[in-house]
Order: sequence, then C-alpha cells, then structure tokens
Amino acid sequence: MGLTLCERILSDKLNREVKAGEIVVSPVDMTIVQDGTGPLTFDVIKEIMGKEYVFDPKKALLVIDHTGPSPRVELSNFQLALRNFSKNTGALLRDVGEGISHILLAEDYVKPGDVVVGADSHTSTSGGLGAFATGMGSTDIAIAMILGKIWFRVPETLKFNLKGKFQKGVYSKDIILHIIGTIGEEGGNYKAMEYGGEGLKELSMDARFTVTSMAQEAGAKLGIFPSDENTKKHLEENGRGKDWKPLKADDDANYEKVYEINLDELEPLISIPHNPGNVKKVKEVEKENIKVNQVFIGTCTNGRLEDLRIAAKILKGNRVHKDTRTLIYPASRKIYHQALKEGLIDTFIEAGAVVGIPGCGACPGIHQGILGDNEVCVATQNRNFKGRLGNPNSYIYLSSPATAASCAIAGKIVDPREYV
Amino acid sequence: MIRGKAWKFGDDISTDLITAGRYYHLRSNMNELVKHIFEDADINFAKEVLKREQVYIVVGGRNFGKGSSREHAARLIKMVSPAVLAKSFARIFYRNCFNLGLPALIVDTDKIEHGDELEIDLAKGRVRNLTKNYELNFSPIPESLQKILQEGGIIEYIKKYRDIKF
Repeated sequence: MGLTLCERILSDKLNREVKAGEIVVSPVDMTIVQDGTGPLTFDVIKEIMGKEYVFDPKKALLVIDHTGPSPRVELSNFQLALRNFSKNTGALLRDVGEGISHILLAEDYVKPGDVVVGADSHTSTSGGLGAFATGMGSTDIAIAMILGKIWFRVPETLKFNLKGKFQKGVYSKDIILHIIGTIGEEGGNYKAMEYGGEGLKELSMDARFTVTSMAQEAGAKLGIFPSDENTKKHLEENGRGKDWKPLKADDDANYEKVYEINLDELEPLISIPHNPGNVKKVKEVEKENIKVNQVFIGTCTNGRLEDLRIAAKILKGNRVHKDTRTLIYPASRKIYHQALKEGLIDTFIEAGAVVGIPGCGACPGIHQGILGDNEVCVATQNRNFKGRLGNPNSYIYLSSPATAASCAIAGKIVDPREYV
Repeated sequence: MIRGKAWKFGDDISTDLITAGRYYHLRSNMNELVKHIFEDADINFAKEVLKREQVYIVVGGRNFGKGSSREHAARLIKMVSPAVLAKSFARIFYRNCFNLGLPALIVDTDKIEHGDELEIDLAKGRVRNLTKNYELNFSPIPESLQKILQEGGIIEYIKKYRDIKF
C-alpha cells in the first residue's frame, strides 16, 4: 500500500515509513506565532527555559498581523513582546503592514515537503504548497520552538478529486464552501484533506491557498495539494525556484474516503450566519433581499492578488452602493504593491472602496471594520461565528471575492453571475 | 474524583464564543478576561461561576472549541471548571486542554441536563450523574494525551523529560 501526501512528508522527515494512526515526533521546518498568540508562547518558553529561547532563529517566524497598527495600548505591548523576542533571540520578525503570516510563509519561507506548525488555526494555508502545515496552541508552539520538533498523530486522509472547469462566477472559495457544506464542520476532524485529480490544473496557487486556508472550518488538521508545475511557477515568481521539488501521493495510497468534485457543476455559494457549515447557493439567498452594510475583501483566505484582480474586474467602472462601505485589505505588502502597479487600487478607489493596511484587517474582530448592531457583512474571510467581527449582534456571510464585490455594487446579497 | 454541577452549553461552541475577539487586549490579563468567558454564549455563566460558591463543570455538545487556536480559551475554562465534557471536540482545543492538564472528555452529553450533579472518575473512565443516578462511560483518552495529563500538562512533562518521549 502506498503513501498519502501526509504519510510521504512525515516518512521523509523520519527516514522510515509512517502510516496513518501512528504517533510520531517530527522535526519542524518552520514555527510561527502572531501578535495574539506570541506573548503566551513566550511566557511558556520562559517558564520552561528560564529565558527567551528558540532552537533555531531561522525557523521561528513572528508576525504582527492581527492588531497592527495598534488601536490600543495593551495590543501595542503584545507587539512589543514580539519585537523584543526577535531582538533577544534572532527569531525572524515581520512587522506591521508586511502582511498576514500565512501569506508571508507562502511568499518567502515554505517549501514543498516542509513541516510547519503555527499558533494560528489557519496555518493550514501553507498546505497549498505541498507542506504538512497545521495550527496548534501557544504551548505546543513553544515546545516546537524549544525542541525543534513536535508530536503528531499521523492523520487519516480524505481525498478530494477535482475534475472539470470552473463555470462563470465560480471560484476556489466555492470549492471549499461546497466541501464544508457537504462533509460538515466536523467532517474532517483530526484528518487531512488532500486534493488531486485533473481539475488541479484549474487552480492557481492563489486559488489553492484559499482551499487549504479553510481546512480548520471542516475540522481538519490540514489541507494539502501536491507540488506540481503551478507550485514551481509560484516559487519562481517569488524568487525561490530552487525551493521547488515535485511531490505527490502514491497512486495506491490508502484514503479513508474519496470524494469527486466536478467543477462544471459548482455554483456560487455563501455561508450564512453563524456557522461556516451553513452553506447555501447564492441564488437562493439572493431571493431574501438581504441588505449589506459592509463588504470586506481580504484575509488569509481571499486577500491574494488573484482575489483582488477578480474584485477589480467586477468593480471597474462601477460604484459601490452608497449604503455599503467596502473594505479591501491586501493580504501582504507585496500583493498591495503589485495591485498598485496593475491599477487595481485605482479601480477600488474610483469605485468608492476603502483600501486598508495589509494584514488580517477586520477578521479577528479587533478593529478596522467592527459591525454595528444588526448590521450585515459579506466577507471573504473564513469564519462567520457569532461575534467574529467584534459584535455578537451582527451577521456575517462568507463568500468568494466575486460575490462580495457584486454585493458591494448591489448593496444587497446577489449572485455574482449577474456581474462578472 | 472530580465533582461539580453541570453547566450545559449547546453544539458548536467556538473559541470566539468562549473568549470573544473584542476582548483580545485582555489576553495578558487572564483574571480580567475570565470575567467575559462564554459571554456571547451565556451571559450568566461568568457571573455565577466567579462567585466561587459552587464547582461547575462545563458541558458542551458537538464540536466544542471549534475555530481559533487561541489557547486562552482552554486556559480560561481551566480557571473555572475542573474538566470539560462534550459529545465531540475540535482538535486544536482538545489538544490544548490536555497540554494544560485539563481533562476534555468525550461523552454523550445529551443525557446530562443543566444543573445535574456530576462525579467524574478519570481512572475508571466514568461520569456518574448523581442527580439522575446513572453512569456514562467516556471515550478512552489517547495514550499520548494520558501521558501528558499524568504529568499535569505538557509544560511539566517537558520540564521533567526535556524531550518528547512518545
């Protein structure tokens, strides 16, 4: 019996064949913390080691993405904790405005076959590059930062075979919403979600990261794509062509379950409040005539260049609805800069949108887009839990950037196929 | 033996519902943050539990602790409840609980009602409902997590062994 992608990566790390269900202690190639989870991680490191310490400073990345620029003194002090830890240990620091940790990992650090752990549940995003990447609590990350290794249960794998082509108005966000709607928010619990099939070539790297970013919303440990020509192109475009290697699962790998997804049949989808698993067709929700107070395009799920291009194409020559403030936060400085060169930012500004600072934006519910009472937001983020955008008396719908941009023009929830 | 009164929550209690993002700035001040625990799920919980007149055990439904990796959620529950019971747990939260030495037990909580007096026997793998007079078996705790729990959490484990030995 052959190996799944996860079994392959961990077997390579340990120089022996490992199988799903085993407990292994694996070396890690990168550990990450952000401004919300880093300070606690450092407290644990100090408790164990008696000082700030990291086993290899080049394998520890500290990113200020959730709270920057700081709206209040407590958060400024969280940020200081990251800067000081970096100064004291040599750990890598990416400061305010550089971007979201998961995006920076994809741009500058992660290679196919890497093992990545982060004190952030969307660490799974790096799985788009063919890495074993998963989120954990601050204490686990502290231990990984001290020892350079961490324990895992090798996950069973659900395989999703993609075929066909995207139809007009349908994007990779609709794939992952479809999956979460189908298998449920616990459908992937403790498992890996691996993608394959001839339809893979339809998914650019940006599109793949959208899919892997939301593994957690299906309960999964991680999402993972094979490393192919698209992966190679992404690494080359980021000046890291030498980091590429091909990586795929064995044809006779053992999967717990195999799902077939026909892209031809997918329609634009939307997740309605207050759980990501409440997935409906946008055309059905459109009938309810739901007014939208805020549109938010960005995050580790949908703040990449391709997402901004899709939104700009729809917004070009249009104005956002007067009652719908439209917030667009590029996910990294590099993406922002490229969007500027391509004229996307001009398009957004001319359409009446707000372009914000690269980072998590409104998504953690701290600042930059907290909703008022009974307000509705259509967001490209990954979670619509009650209170997620800072107010438990508000409503969040999750969609693709195309759906979100269409809603911004219409001022209500609409099917993007009328706008693309 | 752990004993306390069940405080029942429903399905899909996210870590956002346990500790909301709008209190992010209080993460460095857990004694303040705990005053807002479960605020968006049940506004009465913190007020009642923090009177410290009675031991309560947090009881959830399906997919308890889903969402964010914020370990603060598990740490806060540990400050007010000696264990957490649910029909199922989201995996990061589950692991966080054991890392902190907080038993997270998978049991059919549909049979437990708010206010029931519970007695938990970790060694025997049983929850006894003293109010209704019956016993429930909880799913076995995976061996790796048992080893962590035996040491009182992963921090104590690492202090003792300076390595992960399983």
